Amino acid sequence: MKGRVLVVDDDPALAEMLGIVLRGEGFDPAFVADGGRALNSFREIKPDVVLLDLMLPGVSGIDVCKLIRAESGVPIIMLTAKSDTVDIVLGLESGADDYVVKPFKPKELVARMRARLRRTDEPPAESLAIGDVLIDVPGHSVSRDGQQIPLTPLEFDLLVALARKPRQVFTREVLLEQVWGYRHAADTRLVNVHVQRLRSKVERDPEHPEIVLTVRGVGYKAGPP
Amino acid sequence: MTVQPRIGPDGSIAVEPDHPAVETPKTADEDPASEAPAPPSPAPPAGTTGGADATSAPHQPGPSADGGDVRPRTEAAGDPQSSDAAASVVDPAAARSAVALARLTGAPRSAELTVDAAEAASMPIPSSADTVDGPRSTSGTKPGWSGWHRVRTRLARRRIDARFTVANWFRWVVERWRRSLQLRVAVTTMLLSGLVVIIAGILSVGAISSGVLDSKRNAAHAEVINGVRVIQDQLAAAAPQDKNGLNRATQALLDTVGNRGAAAGLFSIVVVVQGATPSVSGSTDVADVPQQLRALVEQGKFADMFSPVRAGDGTFTKGLIVGAPVPRQQSAVQLYYLFPLEAEQRTLTLVRNTVLLTGILLVALLAVVALMVTRQVVRPVRVAAEVAERFASGRLRERMTVRGEDDLAALAASFNDMADSLQGQITKLEEMSRLQRRFTSDVSHELRTPLTTIRMATDVLHASRPDFEPHVARSAELLHAELDRFESLLADLLEISRYDAHVAVLEPDPIDLRSLVRSSVDTVAAVAERAHVGIEVDMPDGPVVADVDSRRVERILRNLLVNAVEHSEGRPVEVALRGDGRAVAVTVRDHGVGLRPGEAALVFDRFWRADLSRNRRTGGTGLGLSISLEDARLHGGWLHAWGRPGHGAQFRLTLPVHSGDPVVSSPLPIEPADVTRPGGAGQRTAPGWPA
Repeated sequence: MKGRVLVVDDDPALAEMLGIVLRGEGFDPAFVADGGRALNSFREIKPDVVLLDLMLPGVSGIDVCKLIRAESGVPIIMLTAKSDTVDIVLGLESGADDYVVKPFKPKELVARMRARLRRTDEPPAESLAIGDVLIDVPGHSVSRDGQQIPLTPLEFDLLVALARKPRQVFTREVLLEQVWGYRHAADTRLVNVHVQRLRSKVERDPEHPEIVLTVRGVGYKAGPP
Repeated sequence: MTVQPRIGPDGSIAVEPDHPAVETPKTADEDPASEAPAPPSPAPPAGTTGGADATSAPHQPGPSADGGDVRPRTEAAGDPQSSDAAASVVDPAAARSAVALARLTGAPRSAELTVDAAEAASMPIPSSADTVDGPRSTSGTKPGWSGWHRVRTRLARRRIDARFTVANWFRWVVERWRRSLQLRVAVTTMLLSGLVVIIAGILSVGAISSGVLDSKRNAAHAEVINGVRVIQDQLAAAAPQDKNGLNRATQALLDTVGNRGAAAGLFSIVVVVQGATPSVSGSTDVADVPQQLRALVEQGKFADMFSPVRAGDGTFTKGLIVGAPVPRQQSAVQLYYLFPLEAEQRTLTLVRNTVLLTGILLVALLAVVALMVTRQVVRPVRVAAEVAERFASGRLRERMTVRGEDDLAALAASFNDMADSLQGQITKLEEMSRLQRRFTSDVSHELRTPLTTIRMATDVLHASRPDFEPHVARSAELLHAELDRFESLLADLLEISRYDAHVAVLEPDPIDLRSLVRSSVDTVAAVAERAHVGIEVDMPDGPVVADVDSRRVERILRNLLVNAVEHSEGRPVEVALRGDGRAVAVTVRDHGVGLRPGEAALVFDRFWRADLSRNRRTGGTGLGLSISLEDARLHGGWLHAWGRPGHGAQFRLTLPVHSGDPVVSSPLPIEPADVTRPGGAGQRTAPGWPA
């Protein structure tokens, strides 16, 4: 499969090098160097995954991320030079699925892209429920009282992973492995931010979660069905 | 359903259906407010919390929400079994021991409570389920015994209260004295001026009274000389043979001078003729003249003496008695004038009172003046102190108002100058810190983007090195390897600069430390395998949860493990994890060359290397342990190093279970158990915390 990749980065050398690496890995990359034109290119190219630099001239990466997320659940991986938690959490909260901190190893980036793309291939066939939230796995949809809740594929996967084993407590590491597909090396902040994002969508009151429960000192589990 | 009696602090017995409802015990230690004195009435409300919970009466009625239902309060909170076990009637022995305890601790309230409980324990227990009326009807059965006891304890309490009040008052005064310059100045002024006024008063009163008495004496002497002259004149006029000449002369003196003196209340006269009855004027008596004076005058001396004399109304007052011999050939005659000093006394009293009153007024005035003057000085100083305090607490715009041109204005002006300069410095430092942060962030971004490109290019070159000439291939390898080092060095430098700029933020989250140990061991596994070093992990079966920043703790553990593997000389590395509820500790032990004396303090220094000649396998940056130490400090935890030549080294990380708590002890010793030399030499350092 030849995944289309949209690379949004203003550094021409990095973009070109990314192109070489991605082509070598069998991807089909397209490039845009300006945040302002990123959305148009996104609509034109319809990529399978977006690599997004957070520091862009014109419209910032955060805004581009929000704009893309507003109209698509396509996986977005941030490329960031800032490893501070604030910056990473800000990027993840704006809708990115994952992040890599520069300088990243090309293999790591490709592994993460593959992980994001692989997920969409799985053909699940079941229906799950947590509380009053119904999950139609083959239909990739989540609803409450007949009302659709729009989730990104990653958020959907996270919810499904929790819902499949209602009584099990998942540590952040286990979730990283099952949902993101990473063995080690990934940051548990990914899980925290995504759980928060998921809660803001599926919980009636995100301050008092009933669907995704925190187990202090361990991790998360699904609420009672 | 069983029915359990409850013995109250006042000897009341409450009965309620037994149920395992257990509340948190509200002991005297926890809630001092509940220590209000028990009402002296025989039936106080059931909601009085007892104070003798340690030894007896586990079921004291606590304050109940609905006012009627009295719930049991036990020491064993949250343990229904022990609550049930304790739900028996208080036995008298336990109550007696409680009394003994109360006597030891000297707590009158407890004594009252427990004795009454003992008394109540010996009383019949009503079997009705009535909760409130029960105690009221039973508690008054032995008024004599409990009444006597209550009186005694209340007296004791009052004595203690009084002592505490005096002690408190004394403490308050001492406190005021220590803290108030104004009070000190006023009191000192009052004491010193009081002393001066007393001395001045004594001197002036003394001078005035001696002056008054002297003039009186002079006048008295003149009067007496005059009297002597009168007698002499009379005697001279009489014929020398006249036997009654003396009598007549005396009579004439008494009639003329004596009557004048007595009428004016100025003096009275006594004339003593040898061998005859003394003649007197007025109501006086010859016995009023002291023998001492008479002896002097009989020797022919002119003398005077202060002695009580009879006033007009017959009472004695202070007086002056002047005696003079009348020169004569035969039968000596002595003339005594008795002057009452009532008028002088009145004058002196008036003078003394005036001086005293003036003195008191003066001292009071001086105290008020001192208070006002010091107030003028102290108030601006207090204002300055307040302003300085606000300034110190971060309100850098605080300034004093400069009024006038006096010393205090100068103080205010200098204070404001100082504040200006400080504010300037602080703003400058803040600006520098901000710039430093910006710089760190900019360097980070600017360096990282090209580095990413180089990284990818290198990887591409590295991947295709079989196609290259050998020297090009080797170059690609070196480039690849050194780039790794360069990257980790950059990352470490950025991290440590973040600490130096004080912008590192702790993000604690409760986490099971075992998972952090496991993942760090996994991360280091590849390095350890290359070095043929096994890592042995010793962890408890249960979770060891603590509020930590998992990213930082993992980094510490990774650094310690890499360091241990690098120095292990192929021998296994041991990792141990323990927690004790207050702190968690991880030790990482290697059996390498160990640390030489003094080196344990140096290992956390930046770029310090144990042995410059040794080759480095893992290519650490030299900043790992420094960053780890900073990470530990950020947690409020410790990072200690131990080592001895030939016995390897051990690092111990100790972190508080609850973020923000201080670490006081570590669950693991810094010296490994296998090093058993008694006295345990080796080296210990505590560079982690406290510094």
